[in-house]
Amino acid sequence: MSGFRTAAVIGASVGIGAELVKQLVASGVVVAAVARRLPELEALQAACGGPDKVKIYVHDVKQFDEAPAVFDRLVAELGGLDCLIYNAGVMPRIEESEYNFAKDREMIEVNLLGAMAWFNPAAAFMEARRAGTLVGISSVAGDRGRRGNPAYHTSKAALTTYLEALRNRLFRYGVHVVTVKPGPVRTAMTEGLKLPLMIDADDAARGTLALARAGTGQGYVPVAWRPIMLAIQHVPSVLFRRTNI
Amino acid sequence: MTPAAAALPRKVFDGFGYSVRSVSGFAEPKSAAEIAGWFQFAKENGLTVAMRGSGRSYGDAAMNGGGLVLDTRGMRRVLSWDPTTGIADVEPGVTIEDLWRNFLKDGYWPAVVPGTMFPTLGGIASMNVHGKNCFKVGPWGDHILDGELVAPDGNTYRVSREENADLFRAAIGGFGMLGAWSRLRIKLKRVHSGRLRVKAHYCRDLKEQFAWFEEATKTADYCVSWVDCIAGGSGLGRGQPHSAVYLSEGEDKGPNLDPAAQDLPGSILGVPRGLVGTILGKLNHNLGMRLLNVGKNLASRFGSRAAFLQGHVAFNFLLDYVPTYRDAYRPHGFVQYQPFVPRDAAPEVFANILRLTQARGVPSYLGVMKRHRPDEFLLSHGLDGYSLALDFPVTPANRAVLWKTLHEVSDMVCEAGGRFYPAKDAVLRPDHLQRSLGQERLARFATLRDMVDPDRILRTELAARLGLSV
Repeated sequence: MSGFRTAAVIGASVGIGAELVKQLVASGVVVAAVARRLPELEALQAACGGPDKVKIYVHDVKQFDEAPAVFDRLVAELGGLDCLIYNAGVMPRIEESEYNFAKDREMIEVNLLGAMAWFNPAAAFMEARRAGTLVGISSVAGDRGRRGNPAYHTSKAALTTYLEALRNRLFRYGVHVVTVKPGPVRTAMTEGLKLPLMIDADDAARGTLALARAGTGQGYVPVAWRPIMLAIQHVPSVLFRRTNI
Repeated sequence: MTPAAAALPRKVFDGFGYSVRSVSGFAEPKSAAEIAGWFQFAKENGLTVAMRGSGRSYGDAAMNGGGLVLDTRGMRRVLSWDPTTGIADVEPGVTIEDLWRNFLKDGYWPAVVPGTMFPTLGGIASMNVHGKNCFKVGPWGDHILDGELVAPDGNTYRVSREENADLFRAAIGGFGMLGAWSRLRIKLKRVHSGRLRVKAHYCRDLKEQFAWFEEATKTADYCVSWVDCIAGGSGLGRGQPHSAVYLSEGEDKGPNLDPAAQDLPGSILGVPRGLVGTILGKLNHNLGMRLLNVGKNLASRFGSRAAFLQGHVAFNFLLDYVPTYRDAYRPHGFVQYQPFVPRDAAPEVFANILRLTQARGVPSYLGVMKRHRPDEFLLSHGLDGYSLALDFPVTPANRAVLWKTLHEVSDMVCEAGGRFYPAKDAVLRPDHLQRSLGQERLARFATLRDMVDPDRILRTELAARLGLSV
């Protein structure tokens, strides 16, 4: 399943998204890069060899109603679509004792609803073609509701479940749906945080593309998170609430 | 297309034969006003619109990839019913099944039914569907008294043989290109029993088939024949015809008009209906189908010839016996192709079709022959002659050969002055439609399109493929 000719990365301007674009282009894939900020997109396009390699689309994933039209346009301009990666995600800091609906809403909109707005047209397109790969960047954070940021964990848990359901829905039509669960990655989102097993964005992108090309159902990046999360998932709630995990 | 149009809910639609597939926006209008609203939306947002009912067309008749599909199954009310005349006023989502379930107890059966009871009247009117009694009572259009068409020009047209008669005769069988039916007034057939008197026969070749039809259609109400399309040589076109007649008053003593007594048996030859598709799937290749056709041939050759009573549903809705039969053709699906050929030319053309498809290695797995008569509708497929409905499996390996072969067959049909049944089509080219119907009829159709759909809002993949949506 390494034969992507075309791919789209949603949330492409910085971090894992920008690395995904660079690595896809390096392996000969023509990429549609979708993000909110034009200057970053233009810089990425220039760094990757220009508009023949990377086509750029300015779009705010919170503008849900615009996603299908941007999707249609990029499919037309790429002449098809073999792989779509939804990478957009936010994690505003939530202080101890802070309860902030505006931040909660932002996370649900960007991390979850934006994904649905993009995966819906992409799923219909790929179901009709009986081929394609949809990739969602979820997180180890979705495996357990931890005390630090309830809405972030919720958004990733919901995204993981949504992707599993989509995978079960599309399996019979020959479409792969891949859930990627990175641990902490050194990006703007995690700046200033001290987190375990941190990796760089290029490693996260490499791990993501390996899973995408294999069409694997779901996988952790790096894979060391798998036993760790298995253990964490099994900590009883009465103990878990007493920890600072 | 605007972002608002792109943001409509989307759905993957396929033809009933699974061989065609596309993504469209979709909506489910519940009234004529809502349909008109969607036409206005389409106009403002650069969309085209197709109407869709139950999706029983084998090909792309109710598909509109990249556009909007309006599913009218939610408009399913019977607005009025007069049991003294058998006249019903219905919405377009009402199905054939709704008709007999509601009206058989009053002694009425739909005057025309196709091989399945699930199609909606809106789709039936737009494709002018026929049945096994076409030689006697014509297609569905002959039993439509009047209707209302919601058109993209913003008007609603009342159409009948008296009012907007040109539009009436063009919209029936008009591919849904002249507006959306919002209601139809139809006349049902008076029956005195829920059963028919059915007789089976056996024909050793195509010549005997035609001889049987010429004789049987003189007295029977329904005539249909299964044709073994795999057998060649002296058995070319062999098969089993059935005829049926309505019973007269008092002839059937049972509780005969009870709709519940019509329901289909749960098994066929001891096999539960739900499993038949799976079993057929195992036989779904040229060799397996050869065996199946030989078996059916033997059964019909040595089976009973005695007349028997059979419910209308069991006689007519053969396809519904095996709701999963089309799954046998997964994953690539199948096409059904039904040419109509004038009476005198039919024996030779049908024989040539069977020989050509066999020689090319794409024999039909199921052939069904029927007798027809001309009718008054503009884009009619009706003529004084015969039709041969053919099922062909589609595979990546045979697709190119199959299409090429069927295009050659279509050329033969055109040369013989024949026509085609678009309700089932997935393969025809625009020149086939032009040659079979003639430029003059198509020009009149385009003139009516100019009137009711000047912005060319209505489009289906079938109409576009055949050059009718322009």
